[in-house]
Amino acid sequence: MEEKIIDKSEIGPLLSKLKESYQVIAPVRRDGDISFERIDSADEVVLEFSNTKKVPKSVFFPQEEVMFVYSRSESGTEIKEPPLEQAASLLFGVRPCDARSFSLLDMVFDSEDYKDIYYIRRREGAKVIGLACTSPRQTCFCTTVGGGPFNHDGMDLLLVDLGGKYLAEPVTDYGEELTEDFPAAADADKQKRDQMRENAEKCMKPIVADLDDLKNKLDTGFESDFWDELHTKCIGCATCTYLCPTCHCFDIYEEEEDNNSGYRLRLWDSCSLPLFTLHTSGHNPRPSTKERVRQRIMHKFNYFVTNFNEFGCVGCGRCVQNCPVNLDIRDVISKIAVSS
Amino acid sequence: MEDQLRDIAVKLFKDGSVDLIIGYEAGTLPLRAAPCVIKSAEEADRLVWNMNCGSNLATYLLPVAEANPEKKLGILAKGCDSRSIVGLIKERQIERERIFVIGVSCSGILDRRKLDNALNGAEILEAQFNGDKLTLKCENVETRHAVSVHVADYIHSSCSTCQHKTPVLHDILIGEPDVEADVNVYEHVEALESQSADERWEYFVSEMSKCIRCYACRGACPFCYCNECFVDQNQPQWFGKTNELSDTMIFHLVRAFHVAGRCVNCGACARACPMGVDLMSLTKKIEKDMNELYGYIAGMDIEELAPFTTFEEDDPQEFIVEPD
Repeated sequence: MEEKIIDKSEIGPLLSKLKESYQVIAPVRRDGDISFERIDSADEVVLEFSNTKKVPKSVFFPQEEVMFVYSRSESGTEIKEPPLEQAASLLFGVRPCDARSFSLLDMVFDSEDYKDIYYIRRREGAKVIGLACTSPRQTCFCTTVGGGPFNHDGMDLLLVDLGGKYLAEPVTDYGEELTEDFPAAADADKQKRDQMRENAEKCMKPIVADLDDLKNKLDTGFESDFWDELHTKCIGCATCTYLCPTCHCFDIYEEEEDNNSGYRLRLWDSCSLPLFTLHTSGHNPRPSTKERVRQRIMHKFNYFVTNFNEFGCVGCGRCVQNCPVNLDIRDVISKIAVSS
Repeated sequence: MEDQLRDIAVKLFKDGSVDLIIGYEAGTLPLRAAPCVIKSAEEADRLVWNMNCGSNLATYLLPVAEANPEKKLGILAKGCDSRSIVGLIKERQIERERIFVIGVSCSGILDRRKLDNALNGAEILEAQFNGDKLTLKCENVETRHAVSVHVADYIHSSCSTCQHKTPVLHDILIGEPDVEADVNVYEHVEALESQSADERWEYFVSEMSKCIRCYACRGACPFCYCNECFVDQNQPQWFGKTNELSDTMIFHLVRAFHVAGRCVNCGACARACPMGVDLMSLTKKIEKDMNELYGYIAGMDIEELAPFTTFEEDDPQEFIVEPD
């Protein structure tokens, strides 16, 4: 598809136009951090940022979601799914790691085996306009886990910031349609983009030399000694999972409003937390941080690979930046990879 | 001080005083130190001590003790860690005889969030302490630059109001005893107290709204050692677990009350919070109340009885409301 040039001054009008058909979700500044929010005006959008603290997956998989409401009367019990009264989402300015997380979440929530109606109804018709990572952070490692700072995965269109303008790389028909009125990119622009991509990729050293080997080590390493030490500093909080673009576990709760009505909701859950695998009997097969850290690593770097042939990690580095005790997932996987 | 710490660690392993030491090691990012457990003299070189050692190591005492039965535990403790250890001994969670406290005199922990805010999102690539200055090599999406800041401007609020920087309990002390700072410890709390209830409500609403229910505050706290936290009790489910304000507010309030008279205001919860929720306004207010109502400061003396485990005839009772 033809690559185009969009002057930065055109972004505002473009967003305003998109707002007519979509609920546009873009990075804005909130409480000192940048986060993806539904925008009221193009002026709020901040496109000079490394990445957001909170993840855009919540657009499709919110931290809390009411599954159904029930009410009981003499004529019987009525169960209703709350309608989703919103236009389809358009996410603007999503980094390639986060856009890729949507593809991974699709594998989990929208497969032949399982269709998650709550996820699918938010995801259906959604569009994603990505923003290439020209200066990855020191915590970024997307290239280790199959991504890249200029990757298209999960996007309709990728924008590359060339200074005063963006080079737009359409990925889908929608992306092409959106950019059809813009001028074509010149060879010099494309060369500049290629150089930027090369530089960005070069910033990120591979964390693990052989990923297949990591998967194989984990295949046989469930009872390995390395788990005995890796978890020691973990304080068992859910920072890594709640700020993770690919973690997708949830728990289901009931809330009663009165004797005759209430609702069921699902909330994000985390394998780091004590309730996660607690059985009704009181037995917990993952009683300490050792088993919980192991579960998180196994899920991302082994089970997910078995199920979907991809790593369940996009290398965004949020868990590395935000872990309160600096339990660095890069360190964990590289230690496992070199273990004997 | 770091060399001294490592020498002491080697000696303690060699003379059999400890089987392991809970300390800090260098982090994987600038301005980070990570808690660690070392198990031999050969590992002593891993230990570090600096202004990034913000976790409260007392938090690790109980899980490490449980995972290493019969072992003698060494633990590095700054002032607040030592007061937490005193609390844990008082609450009979650990025996005094089982631990060897390597006290370290602390000059305060760096407030990384404050620094990040001042740098406006620029990423810190390298950091170097030079006396009272901190030199940072930073990069943001547009520029790469060096910045020099005064360390004193970025000391965590738990430390700038700390009156007990020298460990109250130690078997060996590294560094000189610190002189207590002549500051109004409760300046911030008094400012909040002077506000109207509505203003305070608005403030706490805006803070608690940031909470993502990750429980990092609980995980970082040496006194959140309950086998089953109230918020995890689900038969029945007493507390809602959503991010709705009423749920987050009740979690933080109950937690703050639960550590009343035990919390030493180490600030580890606030530093652990990924969202920067101001938890210390709550904990500091409770510390002030405990001091004013009971003349009690937590974690100072193993023998002293805790106010909530004793009853005196002249205990204040003004808060007891007569039923209508």
